[in-house]
Amino acid sequence: MSKNFSGTRSVPQGEAIQRAISLPWAKSVEISYKSLRVRLFRSMITVGSLVLAVSFLAFVLVNLDVASGILHHGGDNAAALLTLAGYDVDPATHGVAMTAKERWIVILSLLVCTVGIVNAQLMSVTERFSEIGVMKCLGALDSMILRIFLLEAAMQGLLGAGIGALAGFIFSLLAGLVRFGTLSVAYLPWGSVLASMGIAVLAGCGLSLLGVLYPALLAARMRPIKALRAEH
Amino acid sequence: MDQDRHTIVRVIGVKKDFALGKQTVHVLKGVDLEVYAGEYISIMGPSGSGKSTLFNMIGGLDKPTDGKVFIDEVDISQLDAYELAWLRNRKIGYIFQTFNLIPVMTALENVTLPMTFAGMNGDDAMEKGIELLKLVGLGERFQHKPLELSGGQQQRVAIARSLANDPAIILADEPTGNLDLSTGEEIIELCRMLSEERGVTIISATHDYKMLNVSDRVVWIRDGMIDKIQHREDLDISVGGIGGPENGHVPGGEAP
Ligand SMILES: Nc1ncnc2c1ncn2[C@@H]1O[C@H](COP(=O)(O)OP(=O)(O)OP(=O)(O)O)[C@@H](O)[C@H]1O
Ligand SMILES: [Mg+2]
Repeated sequence: MSKNFSGTRSVPQGEAIQRAISLPWAKSVEISYKSLRVRLFRSMITVGSLVLAVSFLAFVLVNLDVASGILHHGGDNAAALLTLAGYDVDPATHGVAMTAKERWIVILSLLVCTVGIVNAQLMSVTERFSEIGVMKCLGALDSMILRIFLLEAAMQGLLGAGIGALAGFIFSLLAGLVRFGTLSVAYLPWGSVLASMGIAVLAGCGLSLLGVLYPALLAARMRPIKALRAEH
Repeated sequence: MDQDRHTIVRVIGVKKDFALGKQTVHVLKGVDLEVYAGEYISIMGPSGSGKSTLFNMIGGLDKPTDGKVFIDEVDISQLDAYELAWLRNRKIGYIFQTFNLIPVMTALENVTLPMTFAGMNGDDAMEKGIELLKLVGLGERFQHKPLELSGGQQQRVAIARSLANDPAIILADEPTGNLDLSTGEEIIELCRMLSEERGVTIISATHDYKMLNVSDRVVWIRDGMIDKIQHREDLDISVGGIGGPENGHVPGGEAP
């Protein structure tokens, strides 16, 4: 649908109103990346809190993998050994699970991390009020602003969660070596270790996106006039 | 002569109220205005008279409480979000008192951003951006960030940006408000040049009496209403009568 203009007598006017406004993905990524780099310190704090939370999650998950490896291959006294080490061993199914306490700590750490991200992203939005307003004056759509913030969060999420998962894995291996000796590495089920790290990375990215959702919606819905006035 | 010119902006009975707590402030109390294509219009008036508010209505940045604004004979209150974005992107260029460049982008990136939104490819946008920066006299400084530029230079970048998609209208809200006298003069000269050579319609809210000399018409606003509209020819006489704008008097301050 387009609306036509009447009166095309002088000067270069008369173009009908259209609705084609676009921002290619490559450009969105570039803008997001640059915004992150310019506010490196702030972004690194967000990434840091993700690294902590995700590494803890990965640590706990890989620990379980180590334990189940030992349980399946370590003979009869393996179950006793693991129970002694504090694992919840289910003799019927031959499975190891997180203790209730561990589960709570993991959930809490993820929650705290999300709250931290929401806080950091809200600050980032407030700081960029006028920038967002200008972009809207230049024709940016709500969806573009949203996309830029989501992309930033995704990049922070990938980086933080990637580092975190790796760190958690390494710590878990070290802890296994200390507690169970070479047994832990020898029987390590690599498939489920990879899966655990994948879960940790996904959880990290998910948290990062979840944390930015409300601030990003706030930014995207803001009317340009409000954003421009905010500066004065 | 006005009858056979194309009306690019038509403001009809525009009112704007703001709610301040329980009170309602009537900032615009019914403004009617027609702007013809290619004109250079200055909106003058004391602080708080509603210039910026009117400017925001014309630019589609805010909605009137009552009345209508037509751009190129299209009622902008009828536009949806996409059409409004397109209007802001292609039809109107904005210049602000505080420059409002995007601080994390270079001068060139600031100028090319509206072109990117308009779907122009990167190389073409780059080329046109450099051309526009040259036009405003910033040929070599396009890789600088806004904070590395002086106020006058930033405003030049903002002017180049406002021209990015060859808009029909440039809205300038106190473009010289944050600049010293001579820099302000340079910016005004630049606006005049653009109006003459590119035929772009310029609507500028201002306190700056230097603007009067380059305007085709001056719209005087007082307390949210149009006090009077003067053509340049009438202005020259009254400016001459008072003895030039430098003495601080309002040229043509008395009733026409
Ligand atoms: N969002 C708002 N909420 C409440 N009041 C507002 C709002 N915007 C403007 N006003 C009021 O409207 C009046 C006119 O403001 P406006 O910014 O249009 O003045 P102006 O003519 O541009 O002044 P100046 O020359 O100082 O820029 C002022 O009294 C201001 O307080
Ligand atoms: Mg103002």
